[in-house]
Amino acid sequence: MTLDFWAVVLLGGMAVTYATRLSFLVLIRHDRLPGQVRRSLRFVAPSVLAGLIVPELLLTDGHLAAALLQPRLVAGLLAALVTWRFRNTWLTIAVGMVSLWILGALLPG
Amino acid sequence: MSSDHLVAPTRAGTFAEGVRDQLPILLGVIPFGLIFGALAVSQGIPGWAAQGLSLFVFAGSAQFVAAGMVGAGAPALVIVFTILVVNLRHLLYSASLAPSLRHLPSRWRVVLAWLLTDEAFATTSARLNRGIQLHADWYMLGTGLALWSSWQVSTAVGVLLGAQVPAGWSLDFALPLTFMALVAPSLVDRPAIGAAASAGVCAVLLAWLPFKLGLVLASLIGIAVGVGLERIRQTAVGVPS
Repeated sequence: MTLDFWAVVLLGGMAVTYATRLSFLVLIRHDRLPGQVRRSLRFVAPSVLAGLIVPELLLTDGHLAAALLQPRLVAGLLAALVTWRFRNTWLTIAVGMVSLWILGALLPG
Repeated sequence: MSSDHLVAPTRAGTFAEGVRDQLPILLGVIPFGLIFGALAVSQGIPGWAAQGLSLFVFAGSAQFVAAGMVGAGAPALVIVFTILVVNLRHLLYSASLAPSLRHLPSRWRVVLAWLLTDEAFATTSARLNRGIQLHADWYMLGTGLALWSSWQVSTAVGVLLGAQVPAGWSLDFALPLTFMALVAPSLVDRPAIGAAASAGVCAVLLAWLPFKLGLVLASLIGIAVGVGLERIRQTAVGVPS
């Protein structure tokens, strides 16, 4: 690992990452997008966030958990119920974390 | 929530609101930063380079993948290309926020784009979804800087001391829990619920794909399902029976 290696990784990694972030905010005019694409943007947040959440509940080390009574799934469903009913982030975290700790102690991981 | 106040919030107040909304996410991110710093050092990465990844790339998943590839002896350009692929989802975030931030001067957008992460997108889009446009720039600056500074400090502590958070605490679980609370208010109609449900299922089915491509693909499928359901609804409304 020479200095050249790190210059390429750090500056190259920065350039490609920043380019994806700058893309529609700065580099490409958003109103050049076709109308249909613009109307689809309201689904970005629900889709990406659900895509980040659900695997965290169902997968362990990249594999579908063998048992459905898996601590993360049950704790996640309880937290989802709390979010749906109370719309409170800290309460959701508290219920989710505490039930994960309790279930983790009771159920096989 | 400050948006409920009758008095319009100040810029500083909105900045603080952005910081405050990021706090629950930090509960999950700080252990992640500690682990990144510790893992990078264990892969033989010099401390300054590990910190450099957090400073310059500032993208958790991509940094983990890059650290693993450095440890495996991959060539620099292959690592850079992989970082690009892992970060493709930022294109969606950028396009999604563009309509709400387009009125800002470009110097603002250049700074906010630097801070555009999963976490900053989650809080900023949740606030916009509540219909609050006021000081969106200061909000995102606050929420983004809270994450950025926590990521830098936690990386540094991880590099210097190693990961000190016991794995049994499962603090990483705070991240999906916060995202859950942030996404719930946007699930207001059938197209949005359909988009989330199909993206969630597809993200599990496609989790075997490398470089977070499963997430990108699942998100695109979710968006397509949302558009499809909306079109069905509009057709149903538009055609009198």
